[in-house]
Amino acid sequence: MTDKTLEPGVVPGRLDASAYDAHFSDLHPPLEGHEALVAADRCYFCHDAPCVTACPTDIDIPLFIRQIATGTPESAARTIFNQNILGGMCARVCPTETLCEEACVRELAEGKPVEIGRLQRYATDTLMDQDVHPFTRAAPTGKSLAVVGAGPAGLACAHRAAMLGHDVTIYDARPKPGGLNEFGIAAYKSTDDFAAREVDWLMQIGGITLRHGQALGRDITLDALQKQHDAVFLGLGLGAVNALGLEGEDKGGLEDAVDFIAELRQASDLSKLPIGRDVVVIGGGMTAIDAAVQAKLLGALNVSLVYRRGRERMNASAFEQDLAASKGVRIITNATPKAIHGNGAVREIEFEYTDDDLTPTGQTVRLPADQVFKAIGQKLEGAGLPALDGGKIAVQGAGRTSVDGVWAGGDCAAGGDDLTVTAVAEGRDAAEDIHSHLTAEG
Amino acid sequence: MADLTSDFVGIKSPNPFWLASAPPTDKEYNVRRAFEAGWGGVVWKTLGEDPPIVNVNGPRYGAIWGADRRLLGLNNIELITDRTLEVNLREIKQVKRDYPNHAVVVSLMVPCVEESWKHILPLVEDTGADGIELNFGCPHGMSERGMGSAVGQVPEYIEMVTRWCKQNTRMPVIVKLTPNITDIRKPAIAAQQGGADAVSLINTINSIVSVDLDSFAPEPVIDGKGAHGGYCGPAVKPIALNMVAEIARNPETADLPISGIGGVTTWRDAAEFMTLGAGNVQVCTAAMTYGFKVVQEMISGLSQWMDEKGFTSTDQIVRRAVPNCSDWQHLNLNYVAKAVIDQDACIKCGRCYAACEDTSHQAIAMSEDRVFTVKDEECVACNLCVNVCPVEGCITMEPMEPGTIDPRTGRKVEAEYANWTTHPNNPGACAAE
Ligand SMILES: Cc1cc2nc3c(=O)[nH]c(=O)nc-3n(C[C@H](O)[C@H](O)[C@H](O)COP(=O)(O)OP(=O)(O)OC[C@H]3O[C@@H](n4cnc5c(N)ncnc54)[C@H](O)[C@@H]3O)c2cc1C
Ligand SMILES: Cc1cc2nc3c(=O)[nH]c(=O)nc-3n(C[C@H](O)[C@H](O)[C@H](O)COP(=O)(O)O)c2cc1C
Ligand code: SF4
Ligand code: SF4
Ligand code: SF4
Repeated sequence: MTDKTLEPGVVPGRLDASAYDAHFSDLHPPLEGHEALVAADRCYFCHDAPCVTACPTDIDIPLFIRQIATGTPESAARTIFNQNILGGMCARVCPTETLCEEACVRELAEGKPVEIGRLQRYATDTLMDQDVHPFTRAAPTGKSLAVVGAGPAGLACAHRAAMLGHDVTIYDARPKPGGLNEFGIAAYKSTDDFAAREVDWLMQIGGITLRHGQALGRDITLDALQKQHDAVFLGLGLGAVNALGLEGEDKGGLEDAVDFIAELRQASDLSKLPIGRDVVVIGGGMTAIDAAVQAKLLGALNVSLVYRRGRERMNASAFEQDLAASKGVRIITNATPKAIHGNGAVREIEFEYTDDDLTPTGQTVRLPADQVFKAIGQKLEGAGLPALDGGKIAVQGAGRTSVDGVWAGGDCAAGGDDLTVTAVAEGRDAAEDIHSHLTAEG
Repeated sequence: MADLTSDFVGIKSPNPFWLASAPPTDKEYNVRRAFEAGWGGVVWKTLGEDPPIVNVNGPRYGAIWGADRRLLGLNNIELITDRTLEVNLREIKQVKRDYPNHAVVVSLMVPCVEESWKHILPLVEDTGADGIELNFGCPHGMSERGMGSAVGQVPEYIEMVTRWCKQNTRMPVIVKLTPNITDIRKPAIAAQQGGADAVSLINTINSIVSVDLDSFAPEPVIDGKGAHGGYCGPAVKPIALNMVAEIARNPETADLPISGIGGVTTWRDAAEFMTLGAGNVQVCTAAMTYGFKVVQEMISGLSQWMDEKGFTSTDQIVRRAVPNCSDWQHLNLNYVAKAVIDQDACIKCGRCYAACEDTSHQAIAMSEDRVFTVKDEECVACNLCVNVCPVEGCITMEPMEPGTIDPRTGRKVEAEYANWTTHPNNPGACAAE
């Protein structure tokens, strides 16, 4: 306990200075050489392996694990990067418990899958620590591609297109590349400035120009991009957030979870970052869990995560729910926000219990709150975009939009899970499609 | 990137990894898929005279496993191809036509009379195959009929049949040797004298892998009975490596090309065979255990290792370890090393202690709190602890500097090389000049 533990309000430095590093260290620490060999030895080298099918980027998992087992993690890294140039980040952030590792036959056999994610990290770290970039560019094609958004979708698209010989310019509204890798992923998943280091490493392919502070709709238009380039890829992500629709939502202490996380990710000194004593997070997805866990790790005394439906409907995986619980987050389900109480700043937030069909029960509960984080989903923002489908850019095949010469992928495009690895797959596949389109034109 | 293309006795292939003559190469369907998966060449499943042999229905295999049921050794009682000559030849021709840059070698086994060989050779030649391999190795079934290892165990027969083949075909002739023999150099010399372009080894080793303790019969049990079979897979690699080295080291056969076979499972196995004198390698069990795709690790691994070592082509690694294959009597008796335990890596299982204390030199100390340390005054550097330690790299052998005192013997470590031939304890020692 420190003298700030019980202090009401939103204040910095609730923990001992030494606690921050430990709290925000790697969630899944890297494997040591011996651990990696033992873990790799468990892989059966399955035929047409179910883990590969479950990986959105189709990484050849049995091959790369065998390459680790035979003492060539560098070759393993090449196998991974062939399919997924952000294999390093994906190794850290993929919810493997619902992807490759859930499908692993050893999960079926023993309830203990091969540790694919950590092995992937072992291999990619090995090659990246040697500062080796394993690809070279093909002969220049003389074609140019505009990529809007330097998140995982945009970066994967840019890298693949550059590798195939096209010149790529990435336009991003933010001052730094990486998208949510840089501003969104939980701090304990991307430690040691990994997101930025990964972008630097990726850029070694050459042929990619990054232009920051360039927002589509503000500084640039789709029309202009189409005139300047032979093709355009939109990887805008989801810039806007959903609102609760309650009175008093503008009260102090109410914040979007993604903004809180972005601030946390960019903070150079976490002990200076203020956090409430009583924190309430509204939502049931990855963002809600990340906000709740990180609030707790920053020293909030009570953190409640409130979700309007039942546990089984939460987007956050069982692993993530357990993670939150293990950090001391209280998960409340079947409760919908009803009112925000407090003058100027929030003091309490009131919820009404609902049944599984969201029918109100009439029973309410008030939770004390210095700080409320809203994590009820993000949405696409921007005008002048290609046709939408369910609020996202409609795509066909490998990301073709309603506008000729314009592709889209990642969170901003309809279809697919909103995951880093899905964004990478969509960016990569769009680049291949753009390539065949541009080269077929002659 | 290292160039993995291979030229073995004039037979070119995109890499030195061939599938050995066995079920993986039994038919067109397999071989096409193998080439697509990355294999550089195949030795087609051994052809015989019509009417084709008949296999037992099965079971045809037995096995031994390591921890986690990893397959270490496979035993089989299959014979040569059980399909007609005509079908096989037609398929070989089609495959070779479609894969002109891959190696297609045809394995043959016909009775030990010249007419039989004279008859089959032109038929094979007509397929456009790159070469033939004489199967003098099959240790079961065929040997009972005077073929396979029954020929391979008699050097004079090897020489005779090889000569017939050389006289009756322009194709390169590879002679596949059986390991079921006392001195592997003899059949290799015989093959060379018969004019063989190369030898390949090893074929499978006579074996019984297990006994069914309910039916009291060797496995695999067929209707209550079992027969010895041919053993292959990772377990036979050390035997095969030694046999390859024996031939490579023998001045008489030093120039005889060798195709290395026996337990090749990873790039490292292949590299080891090649450094001991094999120009390429052949694989059967690894493909039968993991599928054709397993070659991809062999390719990437060999290429990474060659890049790291600065080798640009495979011929640079062939025979690289042969000059260092010595006889015991020429090993340096003045070389002194001590085991060293890395305390950070040690997990305190005590296996090194049990091994050394119970069965070796009582050179490892164990403290109350389970810290294991080497007693330099007892350690002879036998390496047993290294081999039983579950953590790779945890125990290492550190050579002692010349001039320092070995606490075990109290003698100074000499810088000069000295071996048994000059040692005072050797009654037959000759003074060093
Ligand atoms: C808090 C949080 C935690 C998450 N945790 C995980 C996780 O652990 N694992 C996982 O797999 N996924 C996670 N996700 C999801 C994952 O981050 C996204 O699916 C992924 O980043 C989508 O990639 P993207 O490239 O489509 O978009 P983004 O990463 O959002 O990148 C979009 C880029 O476009 C730029 N941009 C936006 N609008 C414009 C414009 N108008 N003009 C120019 N540039 C613009 C942005 O600045 C940004 O750089 C998380 C998401 C959030 C919000
Ligand atoms: C089922 C089976 C059938 C085989 N049939 C043949 C054969 O027809 N001709 C032959 O020359 N070798 C045959 N072999 C031996 C293999 O070609 C090879 O020499 C041996 O298996 C050792 O290699 P490995 O350890 O990679 O399996 C056979 C092996 C197996 C397992
Ligand atoms: S499913 Fe599991 S055991 Fe099979 S290849 Fe994938 S990781 Fe290996
Ligand atoms: S491996 Fe194929 S042929 Fe052999 S027993 Fe199994 S299913 Fe039957
Ligand atoms: S065998 Fe290896 S790990 Fe076990 S006690 Fe000895 S040195 Fe330590």
